[in-house]
Amino acid sequence: MAEEKRVVLKNIGITDPESIDDYIAAGGYSAFRKALAMDGPGLIDNLIESGLRGRGGAGFSAGLKNRFTSEACLSCENRYVVCNADEGEPGTYKDRIIMENDPHIYLEGMVIAAWAIKATKGFVYIRGEYGLSIRRTQMAVNDMRKYGFLGNDILGSGFSFDIEIKKGAGSYLCGEELTLLESLEGKRGYPRIKPPFPAEKGLWGSPTLINNVETLACLPSIISNGARWYKSMGTEKSPGTKVFTISGPVKRPGYYEVEMGTTLRSLIFDFAGGMQDGKSFRAAILGGAAGTFVDDSMLDTGMGFDLLKEKGATLGSGAIIVMDKSMSVWEMLNSILRFFEHESCGKCVPCRAGSKHLLLLMEEIKKSGNGKEALNARLIRQAEIMEKTSLCPLGQSHIMPIRTAVRYFPDLQ
Amino acid sequence: MDIQKILERHSPEPDNMLNILHDLQDANLQNYLPEESLRQVARYLNTTLSAVYGVVNYYTMFSTKPRGKYIIRLCQSPVCHLMGSETVLESVKKLLGVELDEPAADGLFSLELSECLGICDVAPAMMIGEDIYGHLSEANISKIISEIREKEMSANSSK
Repeated sequence: MAEEKRVVLKNIGITDPESIDDYIAAGGYSAFRKALAMDGPGLIDNLIESGLRGRGGAGFSAGLKNRFTSEACLSCENRYVVCNADEGEPGTYKDRIIMENDPHIYLEGMVIAAWAIKATKGFVYIRGEYGLSIRRTQMAVNDMRKYGFLGNDILGSGFSFDIEIKKGAGSYLCGEELTLLESLEGKRGYPRIKPPFPAEKGLWGSPTLINNVETLACLPSIISNGARWYKSMGTEKSPGTKVFTISGPVKRPGYYEVEMGTTLRSLIFDFAGGMQDGKSFRAAILGGAAGTFVDDSMLDTGMGFDLLKEKGATLGSGAIIVMDKSMSVWEMLNSILRFFEHESCGKCVPCRAGSKHLLLLMEEIKKSGNGKEALNARLIRQAEIMEKTSLCPLGQSHIMPIRTAVRYFPDLQ
Repeated sequence: MDIQKILERHSPEPDNMLNILHDLQDANLQNYLPEESLRQVARYLNTTLSAVYGVVNYYTMFSTKPRGKYIIRLCQSPVCHLMGSETVLESVKKLLGVELDEPAADGLFSLELSECLGICDVAPAMMIGEDIYGHLSEANISKIISEIREKEMSANSSK
């Protein structure tokens, strides 16, 4: 049987998530000590060299993001690190697994990043429904303070930094980085216009590094083992490992950490054990609601940012939602569009009106016997307009599942 | 419940609004934020009631209406939908004799639909308070609900 390659999840099932001593005994915080002996720019070069790309979905170079934030507004008094733990993409639960089972690994990544960019304060923004993640992170932060990994003059380095936890309260949109900052500041979750990017003007207008939980959880291993080691895993353009979460009618739905470039077939049929008895594979949605449909012609494609992009698909958050032949593509797409309509904040017209219009078109498609082609074209056209004119990534996302559902399953049955 | 005490766990900065609202709602026996609490939040954070209300009203986890002691959040997002959450919803409604977003007559349960709760590996799934329940079917839902009811009854009778 195929084996996982655990980097981010290496301590899961081995250490007690509520014990900092356990984490330290497993080698924890040695990467942070090593980082403290390096200078910020050197650390950031290391991250750039490793090729690590953001695990929240966009896949931007984590090292470059660090560099931009560290070099922005040198006269600014404050500089922040924010951990985006507002996981809400349908089909995605990797961050919850990390926070519940090994909170120190991503918090160690966070203090490493903070040192690299000389941040003055850090925030973890966790969705309110993740009670256990919140509790375990709070416990870990308290222990970090006790052990001198947070606070004034950390481990005698002269560097001072602390982390505060902020709870979300039920809004998918707040997982979008600029909206998250609005919410973190205590406001309604309305998106900001981009640019300026958060690296330049983020939290309270100061340079802010925003990283996903899984991205931060990669940092300790990269610093400990070196950029070359990290690059030896995965593919050329998507190095390292990735945590995938597989759901739907497979035998073993769950989370699997494998090297980037592992095929979709291997993930579904080896790791997740294949389809449940009596069911056969029809489609998968990669990357969640803001993701793409694929059919069996894509099963041998490697799961990497560029490998998928070349074929018009997306890796996104690493969600793999599997559908069997008894399931309707129309039902799935409609459910995705209903989800977006529910989560649209209403600030900009294209998304507010467009997401409702798409649902009306879906009803028309359901009723029409023949002549779906013209309706499909209207569906795509509407979503394209939204993609071009919406204020934030939410309104720009509808096109991905729509275009790919129509591409692979034009009758939308 | 001493609202002032809860407020003072946080410094009176605007960015503490959400954490404060969570704490107040958690401490409220009916899981909601009465207008008087919101007024106190506004005074504490030196802002207006409308500003506080605007925040409360945006986020789905906050409620300005009384709810049951246990909030059932049934996931309706794509994965759970595909795995049969609509059937589950009907079963829960029937079992509790409630409609969505209204507390049950005994004040014990409120039923709400929720977007993805990140427990898709056990879809269709729901949360009751902070507890996760997956692989839902008519049979196991009935068991889950009656266990909570029994727990409540024995807690009441031992008082």
